[in-house]
Amino acid sequence: MTFLLAVIVGVLYAAGTYLILRRSLVKVIFGLMLLGHAANLMIFTVGRLTKGAPAFVPEGAEALVEPFADPLPQALILTAIVIGFGVQAFTIVLFKRTYQELGTEDLDRMKSTDQLPGEKL
Amino acid sequence: MNRIIMLPILLPLCTAAVMIFFRRRILLHRMLNAAGTAAMVGVSLVLLSSVHAQGILSLQVGGWEAPFGITFVADMLSSIMVVATAFIGFTTALYSLGTIDEKREHFFYYPLLQILLMGINGAFLTGDIFNLYVWFEVMLISSFVLLVLGGRPQQLEGAIKYVTLNLLSSSIFLAAVGILYGTAGTLNMADLAQKIPLLEHREMLSVVAVLFMITFGIKAAIFPLFFWLPASYHTPPMAVSAIFSGLLTKVGVYAIMRFFTTIFVHEEASFIHQVLLVLSAFTMVVGVLGAVAQYDMRKLLSFHIISQIGYMIFALAIQSPLAIAGGLFYMIHNIVAKTNLFYLSGIIRRLKGSWDLREIGGIYRFYPMLGLLFLVPALGLAGIPPLSGFWAKFLVIKAGLDSEHYLLAGIALCVSMLTLYSMIKIWNEAFWKDDPLGEGGVEDEAYLRIPSTRKAMIVVPIVILGGLTVIFGLWFEPFFGLADRAALELLDAGEYIDAVLGGKS
Repeated sequence: MTFLLAVIVGVLYAAGTYLILRRSLVKVIFGLMLLGHAANLMIFTVGRLTKGAPAFVPEGAEALVEPFADPLPQALILTAIVIGFGVQAFTIVLFKRTYQELGTEDLDRMKSTDQLPGEKL
Repeated sequence: MNRIIMLPILLPLCTAAVMIFFRRRILLHRMLNAAGTAAMVGVSLVLLSSVHAQGILSLQVGGWEAPFGITFVADMLSSIMVVATAFIGFTTALYSLGTIDEKREHFFYYPLLQILLMGINGAFLTGDIFNLYVWFEVMLISSFVLLVLGGRPQQLEGAIKYVTLNLLSSSIFLAAVGILYGTAGTLNMADLAQKIPLLEHREMLSVVAVLFMITFGIKAAIFPLFFWLPASYHTPPMAVSAIFSGLLTKVGVYAIMRFFTTIFVHEEASFIHQVLLVLSAFTMVVGVLGAVAQYDMRKLLSFHIISQIGYMIFALAIQSPLAIAGGLFYMIHNIVAKTNLFYLSGIIRRLKGSWDLREIGGIYRFYPMLGLLFLVPALGLAGIPPLSGFWAKFLVIKAGLDSEHYLLAGIALCVSMLTLYSMIKIWNEAFWKDDPLGEGGVEDEAYLRIPSTRKAMIVVPIVILGGLTVIFGLWFEPFFGLADRAALELLDAGEYIDAVLGGKS
């Protein structure tokens, strides 16, 4: 299971990196999303996988008994997903608005902020 | 008493919440914003003085003991940074009153400013790495909106670069947090400082260190990762550029300082300091060369930010107490002087109607006092005694020579000359040169129509920050004392660990 997840994380990172290097805005946003998912899945995988053992203290016992699934990575991922959702929603709107204002979604054409005045890149 | 740690975070949150409920009362927004930031200055000074008197303060949120809950810690470094944030927040609040148009004000400009300040203070005060990620996101999302507010094509274009690279940095941060948790089993900074030297499986630690260096490197705009900064910082209104330039990159530098002096000091991460030394040299040189080439005032100043970050990284890569104290003093000096220069260039734009230095001139003839106000931060930034930049550069370069980094200290000195050159360039072009448009084109009509109360709002922040630059220079010792104590606390994590984990709540 860990091996499979590791492969998936790798594939997500590769796809995300490829996509953010593309010139099209839509692909860049997909790339950013995939990178976010890759990071979330990685937290889950590195936090050690345990199956069918919720982190509840059994009746009568004082503390948790091994093995139990560590709840902290899940809490981290949940927070990261919510934050990522908000930020990605903002980014999509920003990219759409940019497309409407500039009339292009080609990143190579968006270089007016990097140019010296009067210079042609 | 420890609850005071939360106030720099809660205060802006409450102010922003109240403002959002009264969204049509712009007058209320303006007053609350100014009052809220003024109160933050007071609170942060109380925090600094109580940290000074009682040592490191910590607060376990919700009563969950560290390392299980989220801890907020105010040590010397954090509280100094919070004081700087409060001052910049206050002056920006005043400057916004004089410069921001009503349309932006209606679209939640002031609440966003407060949330930005909340995120920055949170990042400085938290003692937990995942919580640091959350504060970074709070800070980023409000900075995204502030950057695009107004929606001019140039702003959107700059924002694309800013947003994409910062999101990339966030996802790397998240991955690093995950691996660190998998390796060390804790994310509390004090607990990490204690546990990392004792860990058995150390293979992943250098990977984590590199990932953290890259994320914070993007945020701090160090050498190969700075391209988002000059592409975006000159696009929003001047008040926004000023607060970004003063505070946002410094949060990245703060995080590097915190991580690579307290947490990652073990063998597996010591190569990071070598890498940072080399990068600092490139950052200083590339930044200043970029600045020298520019004629647009805002871009010139944006490139300067990068060059100055190089000095701070140089200082903290040396790792001696003097260097860290010098780097911290440099950071505070730079926050004050840089923000002030951005405010001033906003005024020059208002007077002359252009950002391009070639198209303006002759300001000194009609506004000699403005020339004086400009010279204070400009010469301060270049490092002319007795202003604050002299001490800042003196400390960093002395620490470099003491630790036998002669080449880097030499580079720092040469870069300093080029900094002076580019400041003189602004002075010559904007102040001394005759106005290329002739005598008639001296004053921008729009400026004359601004009521004098608004003009006062623009000038007062510049006088405050200029005064601080002079005070730092003339009464150097007490400020250096604070920075020195912060450096000692950073390098010897014992007190920090005791304050967080020692049950002193």
